[in-house]
Amino acid sequence: MITIKASGLTRKFGDNTAVNKLNLEIEEGEIFGLVGPDGAGKSTTMRLLTGILEPTEGEGWVYEKHIVKQAEALKENIAYMSQRFGLYEDLTVLENIRFYADVFCVPKEKRDAVIEKLLGFSGLIPFKQRLAGKLSGGMKQKLGLSCALIHTPKVLFLDEPTNGVDPVSRRDFWEILYDLLKERVTILYSTSYLDEAERCRRVGLIHKGSLLKCDTPDNIKKECSARTLEEAFIRIINDYESRSAKQ
Amino acid sequence: MNFKRIWAISSKEFIQIKRDPRSLGLALVIPVFLLLIFGYGLSLDIDRVPTVIWDQDASSQLTRDFLLNFKLSKYFKIVRYTDNYRDIDNLIDRNKVLMALVVPKDFSHYLESKKTAPLQLLVDGSDSNTATIAMGYARSVVQKYNADLLTESFAEAGFRPSKTVNLRSRVWFNMGLNSRWYIVPGVISMIIMIIAALLTSICIAREWERGTMEQLISTPVKPQELIIGKFIPYFTIGFFDLSVGVFMARVLFGVPFRGSYFLLIILSALFLTGALSQGILISAGARTQLLASQLATLSTFIPTTLLSGFIYPIFNMPKFVQAVTYLIPARYYISILRGLFLKGNGIQVMWNEAVFLLLFAIIMFSLAIRKFRKKGV
Repeated sequence: MITIKASGLTRKFGDNTAVNKLNLEIEEGEIFGLVGPDGAGKSTTMRLLTGILEPTEGEGWVYEKHIVKQAEALKENIAYMSQRFGLYEDLTVLENIRFYADVFCVPKEKRDAVIEKLLGFSGLIPFKQRLAGKLSGGMKQKLGLSCALIHTPKVLFLDEPTNGVDPVSRRDFWEILYDLLKERVTILYSTSYLDEAERCRRVGLIHKGSLLKCDTPDNIKKECSARTLEEAFIRIINDYESRSAKQ
Repeated sequence: MNFKRIWAISSKEFIQIKRDPRSLGLALVIPVFLLLIFGYGLSLDIDRVPTVIWDQDASSQLTRDFLLNFKLSKYFKIVRYTDNYRDIDNLIDRNKVLMALVVPKDFSHYLESKKTAPLQLLVDGSDSNTATIAMGYARSVVQKYNADLLTESFAEAGFRPSKTVNLRSRVWFNMGLNSRWYIVPGVISMIIMIIAALLTSICIAREWERGTMEQLISTPVKPQELIIGKFIPYFTIGFFDLSVGVFMARVLFGVPFRGSYFLLIILSALFLTGALSQGILISAGARTQLLASQLATLSTFIPTTLLSGFIYPIFNMPKFVQAVTYLIPARYYISILRGLFLKGNGIQVMWNEAVFLLLFAIIMFSLAIRKFRKKGV
């Protein structure tokens, strides 16, 4: 089953085209990596697919809900973690997670058990009463993920979630993600770390708003006869630049 | 609409207010501060007009008796006596006195020989309003003196004055003509308008600024749930400020409250709803705290102080400006507050104002819900 579908998705900010005719299909239970340089359009793609931003052109569906016409219904099934820490720094860990539990109307009987489980996963139980603003970068991201998972979403949008996070916390983070994949959750993951891209089932390379390549990491490397993903991506981007320079 | 969500947002907001000393201070301390400043500092009463006297006819008992009328009046305060015009110039230039009374050398001589005696009054007209009022006071002192002279001379001639008019003024509602009674209800309305619009616009702009709104709009929370959730805490603060205002008005400034508290609560709730919605409307356009607070202050403070009849009577304004004041909600609320405090008005005389407040609340609230979009930029 296709859970995320974009067709001709375009978003312009004034004269600047942030996302250009993007086509994408992601299957249920898949983790898809969105990679590309800063300003390539990764975040805009995420925000379009989560119904936060309206596309200038094109369409998209997430879990069979249209991203414009059914934006609010779509939000019931998804979770989105923005690139910027989006939680309340003046609320404690527990207050934050309870707030999101209530916003998603998680039933009271279930709520505390789910919170315990999530905080247990992310190792935040000893920090329950700490203000979110006083957490380390890694812990903040784990709290963000815990809040995002409070309503057991079907599709997860993570926008550079491990940016500036230490390697140990990153490993913890990925362990949580692998567990989610076992439960058939679909994950769209944007990153600028290529070692993380390698862990995804498929990756899409986005550059200047266009999706240049979309395949499994192994296929991409083979096709470009490159040893690493980094090498492959640099080649693809250079090809694209020289082609557009000729035109 | 889901009450659980509304309550989640409200309780989150309560916690944030509790932990933010700045907004707590703004909400709870500023009103007291404003009431003290306006209540004590702003007086529209003109009395004890500082006056200098140059009595060129100082040797005469008659002149001294005449001047006693000025000295004993509470409307004048004789700051100094002088014997030259240079001094008078100087005193007026340095704002030490507002007026100068010059009694000519032969003042008593004229009166004794039953002629009209000239008396010079010099007034600093820079503040025309005060000058007019001060001149009126001086005129009434002189008229009273003249009337006494007239009666006296009639009596000497054996006449009894027959036809006279005796004006008996009775001042209603504010017997002491205390301008503080008039100002304090206005201050209360100003405080509620500013605090409500400012706090709500800031609290939403802050969420955009800190990136927490981006997270929040990715959830299924509905705009009206978000707005009502944000309303509840600030509504509470607004009513707290109103209680503080009414308490201070009664206890500290001795303003009577003659109306119904029930009406006060209902009509204040309408006004508050409109003001809070205005704040939300502002933050729909301004997504930074700085811009939001500036817009909120500008769009509430200036109209509420200048165009609501708070200080300057509306009937004195040019027709065009008068028309504009119909759009200022504080105009109706101030008139209601004055009615409740001083006149003890009931709804039968204030329903007009009440309808306007209701319209203001409904229009602002629906605009706020319509304009508040769960969309990023």
